[in-house]
Amino acid sequence: MEILVCVKQVPDTAEVKIDPVKHTVIRAGVPNIFNPFDQNALEAALQLKDNQGAKVTLLSMGPPQAKDVLREGLAMGADEAYLLTDRKVGGSDTLATGYCIAQAIKKVTELKGIEKFDIILCGKQAIDGDTAQVGPQIACELGIPQITYAADLKVEGDTVTVKQQNEEGYIVTEAKFPVLITAVKELNEPRFPTIRGTMKAKRREIPELSADDVKADESKIGLSGSPTKVRKIFTPPQRTQGLVIPVEDDNYQAAVDTLMEKLTEQKII
Amino acid sequence: MDLAEYKGIYVIAEQFEGKLRNVSFELLGQARVLADTIGDEVGAILIGHNVKPLAQELITHGAHKVYVYDDEKLENYNTTAYAKVICDFFNEVKPNVFLVGATNIGRDLGPRVANSLQTGLTADCTGLAVDDDNKTIVWTRPALGGNIMAEIICPDNRPQMGTVRPNVFKKPEADPSATGEVIEKTANLTDADFMTKFVELIKMGGEGVKIEEADVIVSGGRGMNGPEPFTGMLKDLADLLGGAVGASRAAVDAGWIDALHQVGQTGKTVGPKIYIACGISGAIQHLAGMSGADCVIAINKDEDAPIFKVCDYGIVGDAFKVVPMLTEAIKKIKG
Amino acid sequence: MDFNLTDVHQEFINLAAGFGKKKLAPTITERDHQGIFDEDLVSEMLGLGLCGAYFEEKYGGAECDVLSYILAVEELAKYDAGMSITLSATVSLCANPIWQFGTEAQKEKYLTPLVEGKKLGAFGLTEPNAGTDASGQQTVAVKNEDGSYTLNGSKIFITNGGAADIYIVFAMTDKSQGSHNGISAFILEKDMPGFTFGKKEDKLGIHTSQTMELVFQDVKVPAENLLGQEGQGFKIAMKTLDGGRIGVAAQALGIAEAALQDAVEYSKQRVQFGKPLCKFQSISFKLADMKMKVEAARLLVYKAACKKQEDQPFSVDAAIAKRVASDVAMEIATEAVQIFGGYGYSEEYPVARHLRDAKITQIYEGTNEVQLMVTSSALLR
Repeated sequence: MEILVCVKQVPDTAEVKIDPVKHTVIRAGVPNIFNPFDQNALEAALQLKDNQGAKVTLLSMGPPQAKDVLREGLAMGADEAYLLTDRKVGGSDTLATGYCIAQAIKKVTELKGIEKFDIILCGKQAIDGDTAQVGPQIACELGIPQITYAADLKVEGDTVTVKQQNEEGYIVTEAKFPVLITAVKELNEPRFPTIRGTMKAKRREIPELSADDVKADESKIGLSGSPTKVRKIFTPPQRTQGLVIPVEDDNYQAAVDTLMEKLTEQKII
Repeated sequence: MDLAEYKGIYVIAEQFEGKLRNVSFELLGQARVLADTIGDEVGAILIGHNVKPLAQELITHGAHKVYVYDDEKLENYNTTAYAKVICDFFNEVKPNVFLVGATNIGRDLGPRVANSLQTGLTADCTGLAVDDDNKTIVWTRPALGGNIMAEIICPDNRPQMGTVRPNVFKKPEADPSATGEVIEKTANLTDADFMTKFVELIKMGGEGVKIEEADVIVSGGRGMNGPEPFTGMLKDLADLLGGAVGASRAAVDAGWIDALHQVGQTGKTVGPKIYIACGISGAIQHLAGMSGADCVIAINKDEDAPIFKVCDYGIVGDAFKVVPMLTEAIKKIKG
Repeated sequence: MDFNLTDVHQEFINLAAGFGKKKLAPTITERDHQGIFDEDLVSEMLGLGLCGAYFEEKYGGAECDVLSYILAVEELAKYDAGMSITLSATVSLCANPIWQFGTEAQKEKYLTPLVEGKKLGAFGLTEPNAGTDASGQQTVAVKNEDGSYTLNGSKIFITNGGAADIYIVFAMTDKSQGSHNGISAFILEKDMPGFTFGKKEDKLGIHTSQTMELVFQDVKVPAENLLGQEGQGFKIAMKTLDGGRIGVAAQALGIAEAALQDAVEYSKQRVQFGKPLCKFQSISFKLADMKMKVEAARLLVYKAACKKQEDQPFSVDAAIAKRVASDVAMEIATEAVQIFGGYGYSEEYPVARHLRDAKITQIYEGTNEVQLMVTSSALLR
């Protein structure tokens, strides 16, 4: 079983702060991390490796420092890693990104001398963009089925059975290889890399692929190849602070009474 | 591509077990606003089995035309088959805009359609407007964990597509006198168009109110220190107000409550009339999910907690003391 | 002299910090308050491979250095001091003596699983009547005709007792030789017949670690489980404790850093008399003082680790590092509680835990008075 896991290096959005005066994003000092949902995707692949002997290949698209997350993935137990890195792909929207990655997947398939990847795993979304689009875009580009929001998955023979999270609970869906699956946090708990794995991964060369290497049509990539354009960026309007009632001398009843008075006065309750 | 050829703002209606989702109505309301601005018409696409009776509801909420694809094979949602139906519709009718609810299904279907049609798709929009100059749709969405908002346009490709978050826009009032056209279509599908197979639906938390649809949400965060309050005092207060229990990411990550209850950027977007945040500090991720609430009441021991900056009312104190007192006080009023 | 940490050191810190943040921090309050020794969490921690830091690859180690290991212990202690001692007892007190004194067969059988994190280790020296005066061993090992030994006696306050799979146990083999040549070291396995566990200690701090009494009733130990030579036990124990002290010093350093960090954050948030605490010089200077002490302790701890790595004599360095770092931990935890004021005395905030955890570092692996004995006797030699 050949598995490809798509991973992304993202800024830790929990650490992003807004300059309170200029209302701009302070990105300096924000650490780059392994997109958390992609870690769930990788963990699922590694479990298939542990239990069913799958081979796990990683692919990322990003600047050269994205190799850090690929190394982390290798340290966790992935077998191989590739990075698609090229200035030409910068600024790609989800359609262009899906295309680039699909092209890279075709190239990696060829480089590995395999017929196809049986399963492609992605995180449900990256925490910087939160679009949840790239997985389905890749699947569509490759003409294979997608099963999103996987909270559980089983593989028997060439059939994958997935419990998909949805508003009502779960939908159980089945597909045959090849299939693309996107992972949610509930799917598993990602393992930590081992220190030996980390040391070995540090020494690994990670092949870089350019847009030309993956035969990407230049009219379909980067800013100019993206149908969506960013017109404006702004910080969200803040709600304004209302009445905050302190508890004085441990007199909780008084605070709750004040609150109730306001709520009934304003007909909120 | 001759952009002038493409007309109509179409909502891809989502139904579940014979009932339209609220977000479909919310989208019709917005489609109407956009259509009025650019002088266009509002339509809806309805896909499923035995769904034709729902078409009238779409009309009373603002659709001029409803295209119905009713087929036994379409009873359960199927990514590739539904995408094929919508692409065929696009090629035939040439609509200008597709509005899709940012539900799990909408977020699964949207990118599949956008890729097939090689057009742009803006995800999880919280604002919709029209560009004054070229009449394209301006899609507003949060990014970077809700820290920034971005305005996105898709100037040169059609359809213009976006998924729109539930509970951001108000559901329009139904107009029983509204009239519209119901157009029955035949889905042109072969077995090969169904690339996955539906096995079963497992419903969770069947009883109780879902947070997406609740008028009142009582949410707990890290300050709850354990799972007990979620089935105890928070639930008591929520039940009393006919609402639902919500949670912050910290509480869900700690395993105190199921992820179905998570409010926030990576959880659900909610729009209740009252949102009571107990022991929630108010990280921006959380605020992104609850900013649609009409009234926010915060209870937190830490007077510097960011939640107090966005609340309408707050009490600086121990939620374990405040919540039961509040429940008692409301009980008295309700008699 | 190079004060820069290498990439490799940074990897150990990152891995331990990642584990601390994701796995230890979310549940530390609960585990500490309820005294939970979480075996699943322990095996996950051991699975990181940190135990193998400085052991050779042939035993499953990472073949890095002692400082890598010490940095990991320090980092873990910031999040959970109990878990850090669980790890360092395994490495310093169990794996290390087998590595240093064991036969190749013993290393293969016992060191490898410890290094790979598959087994937990412990060390049994202290007895009810043999604390600082370890020579007063009452546990006895009698040699049988077939070369095996029969052990009788008990050990108290054993970190990882009951949980560990492999134990280094000291017993008197020849009373006539006195303590220095009459004690021998043995490798015991948890399931040896006659080897049982007494009561679980109810401690002031490090609640997330398990401390138990070991009881030996006619435990038959095969001859091949004698560690080193017969009569070498006291020397093995002392050498082992030298290494253990660096681990405890690193643990103390981690506790001190965590307490300082908590105090810094609190002083920025807490407003009194209209301004944050940190704007009062009495507080900012106190914090500066704490920082200076932490940094001084750090150098001593790292120096001891480097000397051990280079195979230089390090007993005195370890004794100094352990005493200074543990006193600093105690002092800084106390000051942190003071800065938190009433909240600091409440178990709702983590500084109370740091204070409880810090205390043990002045006591175990030789009380700080023992460190003075070691240092003074070297000084006055």
